[in-house]
Amino acid sequence: MKKIIIAVFILLFSLQSCKENKKDTAVTKKEVSDLSIYNLPSKWTTQNGNDIELKSLRGNVLVMVMIYTNCKAACPRLVADMRDIEAKLNKNTKKNVKLILVSIDPKTDTPEKLKVFAISNKMNQDPWLFLRSSEENTREFAAVLAVNYKQISPVDFSHSNIISVFNPEGELVFQQEGLGVNNEKTIETINNEAEKI
Amino acid sequence: MKKHIFILTFFLMLTGITIAQEIGMALIKEGRFVPLYGASSKKPVSVKSFYLDIYPITNADFLSFVKKNPAYSKSKIKGIFADKTYLSYWENDFDFGSSKPNSPITAVSWFAAKKYCECQGKRLPTMDEWEYAAMADEKTIDARTKKEFNNYILSWYEKSKTYENEVGKTFKNYWGVYDMHGLVWEWTSDFNSIFLSGESRKDKSSDKNLFCGSASVNASDLMDYAAFMRYAFRGSLKAQYSTRNLGFRCASSTKPKINL
Repeated sequence: MKKIIIAVFILLFSLQSCKENKKDTAVTKKEVSDLSIYNLPSKWTTQNGNDIELKSLRGNVLVMVMIYTNCKAACPRLVADMRDIEAKLNKNTKKNVKLILVSIDPKTDTPEKLKVFAISNKMNQDPWLFLRSSEENTREFAAVLAVNYKQISPVDFSHSNIISVFNPEGELVFQQEGLGVNNEKTIETINNEAEKI
Repeated sequence: MKKHIFILTFFLMLTGITIAQEIGMALIKEGRFVPLYGASSKKPVSVKSFYLDIYPITNADFLSFVKKNPAYSKSKIKGIFADKTYLSYWENDFDFGSSKPNSPITAVSWFAAKKYCECQGKRLPTMDEWEYAAMADEKTIDARTKKEFNNYILSWYEKSKTYENEVGKTFKNYWGVYDMHGLVWEWTSDFNSIFLSGESRKDKSSDKNLFCGSASVNASDLMDYAAFMRYAFRGSLKAQYSTRNLGFRCASSTKPKINL
């Protein structure tokens, strides 16, 4: 019986999500461009426990990276790369830029866990933002960013090290691949986009 | 009383099986296997019981989906969800041209495939689920060590344009599923969890810096060349890509309801 109820729920939920998206695309059709991430209807939670839609970030230049807080190998370096970018941003237009860290391990990375990570890395304030969502939404978002990841043990993931820059309309304009690479082009792109606002 | 319950359970099971067949899905029973790729230190992964479409989604199936969801038609789909080759062989939004209605839909992006399954109340199978169901031949659950089985798959890889064939013409496997090999390649929900060196995106051999912990995952058996080809192909895909030899089918963790 329990199983049936669960099945019905899952079915209702999935049917609903199908229709919901249809509505969403209809409403946003005129506003959002074809290549914008704001076409994604997914809901996300911040390190402060606030639920947001990606759309609410519209109008900012977004610099995004996918990480997980348990990571001991590449992530600290990715975070350092993000910090380095932040330090080199044009002071006048920096207010138009958000630097966002998205968790690929939503099971472990609760808002509370992200908050702790944010505080210990001194990133618990603007322009930093931490986001998590369901595993499915995370997989989809990674697909958009062309970020590959796989859980390889209960605590560890393999993942691509890619920092993505989105213009105010949510269109992907630049990707920096690899760790500790030259970030001149990344910063130039961010500053240019932020100036346009 | 006990007997009654037994009969009742048997009856329920029977109807369950019939319903599953009516809606075109087969039950794949749980099990463990060592996939070619993705298991850390060759430990078997567990696959829970799930339902899988007996056939890949066809042109006719996809046409009726597009009619209900025009946002996923050839001209309307948003660039973020599909590249320019999306449904390239279709004449227009609601006409798949000279292709057969019963041929598998191909040239669809991962986003479109995912949406199709969601609208059926289903989902895409995971890579482990797909590989688990695909290692069966007609008679056995795991035929991967059989020479004829691998030869069959590899000889298909050499054939061209098998996507023009109709579904259900290859062999029916142990689970009652057709066309896992011999027709088209298929999307999986987590296709983007593959790391192979010399990845096409960067095309730098063993650029270890790109990946965190990349050294800990390696192909567990390079002898299984047929599977290696599949993983390599998946590793080269992006979710927006649409290619002519890539289709999909849907899966479900629970017994699917009949959509009337």
